[in-house]
Amino acid sequence: MAKLKHFECLKIQHFVIFTTILGLVSCSQTSRNLRKINGIKVVVDSAFAPVDSISEYILPYHEHVESVLDSTLAYASWDISKTDGTYNTSAGNLMADIILEQAAPIFKSRTGKDLDFVLLNHGGIRSNISKGSVSARTAFEVMPFENTTVVVELSGKSVKEMLAYLIKSKRAHPVAGIQLVLDKEDRIKSLDIRGEPFDDNRNYYVATSDYLVSGGDDMVFFKDALEVTDIDYKIRSAMIDYFRKVDTLSPKVDLRYYKVE
Amino acid sequence: MDRRKFVSRTVAGSVMVSAGGLCLNSCTDRKKHLTVLHTNDVHSHIDPFPKNHADFPGLGGLARRAGLVQSIRKENPNTLLLDAGDIFQGTPYFNFYGGELEFKLMSKLKYDASTIGNHDFDNGIDGLLAQLPYASFDFLIANYDFSNTVLDGYTKPYKTYIRDGIKVGIYGIGIRLAGLVTKNLYKETEYLDPYEIASDMETLLRETEKCDVVICLSHLGYSYENENRPDDLTLAQRTRYTDLIIGGHTHTFLERPTIVANAVGRDILVNQVGCFGVNLGRIDFYFDAGGPSAQGISISV
Repeated sequence: MAKLKHFECLKIQHFVIFTTILGLVSCSQTSRNLRKINGIKVVVDSAFAPVDSISEYILPYHEHVESVLDSTLAYASWDISKTDGTYNTSAGNLMADIILEQAAPIFKSRTGKDLDFVLLNHGGIRSNISKGSVSARTAFEVMPFENTTVVVELSGKSVKEMLAYLIKSKRAHPVAGIQLVLDKEDRIKSLDIRGEPFDDNRNYYVATSDYLVSGGDDMVFFKDALEVTDIDYKIRSAMIDYFRKVDTLSPKVDLRYYKVE
Repeated sequence: MDRRKFVSRTVAGSVMVSAGGLCLNSCTDRKKHLTVLHTNDVHSHIDPFPKNHADFPGLGGLARRAGLVQSIRKENPNTLLLDAGDIFQGTPYFNFYGGELEFKLMSKLKYDASTIGNHDFDNGIDGLLAQLPYASFDFLIANYDFSNTVLDGYTKPYKTYIRDGIKVGIYGIGIRLAGLVTKNLYKETEYLDPYEIASDMETLLRETEKCDVVICLSHLGYSYENENRPDDLTLAQRTRYTDLIIGGHTHTFLERPTIVANAVGRDILVNQVGCFGVNLGRIDFYFDAGGPSAQGISISV
């Protein structure tokens, strides 16, 4: 029965194609009389005058956004840069410290567990912070993306792989909550997490960006996550909340990650 | 089914198609002209870019786009204004107002329809629903099944628009959300095969709705190396009745629309105008006044 049905269908299809061809022959291309199609791209530039009523409609929204974005939340004691250190940078340290401080209480209240450390990606810092007033706009400039903070449970073995990645990358990926010292041959000389020596046999809770957990920047070790908890907290929101909380930002290049020369 | 019956019905159907065509020919003895304008991936870019911007100095801006659209409508009132999705996300306007201003302004510009992009879920399906009261245009998406979501009933798979007697059928096609959008944002939205759904839609619009022009609003993306990822160029090759695919997602800046031979060897257009409202796509369709002739459709880009 099924076979027969299929056969019937085939015949009908042939017939339909046949009639379509007949149609083409007897009444031109199609039943419609579409003759010509023109396609162009128009660049929206100053050649076109803005419509006043639209500009006026936008204005109050624009002014509100600008005033909120530009209101001073904190003060940067000096230029905060992502390139002022080899193994850690002032901008990277600020970002990782903010996530550790802001995310830990949320993670604790949701799961009852303690956050151990933070790993972000150096490329995720999109702008330096200039000395002077710091606003919400600063947070949008540094972190224009909507990435959220996630906490990943990793085995001791996966943490080791993470560190191997970090060392091999030769980049100052922002970290907080760990202290990592390398010897001259780039081997781990010492490693403390939250002030305790690293323990191969336990699991660690690592806060990071959802972008990295989904494979961004080739951070493949996150694939071995035992558990991923999205704390629904945008990285940018954490920054703005932190800026509101503190008076001054004075991050420095420090000894959280360095190499003994 | 009795095959004979089906056959005669098909014949009747094609006679009706011809009759419909003849009617359009005989009832009107003047030429007709339809203009289709389109944007994609505007991403909340409401203000023009600053004059010192590295990529788009002084370009874009909603108020200026309004001026451009107005001047085109003055020249040809038979105009449709469409968007291929990713209206949301990209400037603080979205973070502050959740898309309200974007929808209000698009309504003021008299957009006719948009499809839905992955970033339009950035405040969740509830966040999208919350902004719908500000949109006076249609949301067309045929391959997302919203049945088990709050968006059920707020979108249409397709819609037909009549401009100066020209019937235009528009359907929307969205990108696979899994892996692109967090599941708790799009919730129980079900993604259906874009090629199959597009085929159903265009057949319905041409054969049942008897549309003179069939347009696909797609957020699939222009073209991918990975052949398992559906894209607009492949979709174009698989369609039979679609005349124009207006795309988005890949932020592809095409100098001119791409001409692609469809499944029956007919040339159709695929277009995408980059992103952030720096360009407006314009496709003009010209219809002859006279009766049937042997002449084909000429395309110039």
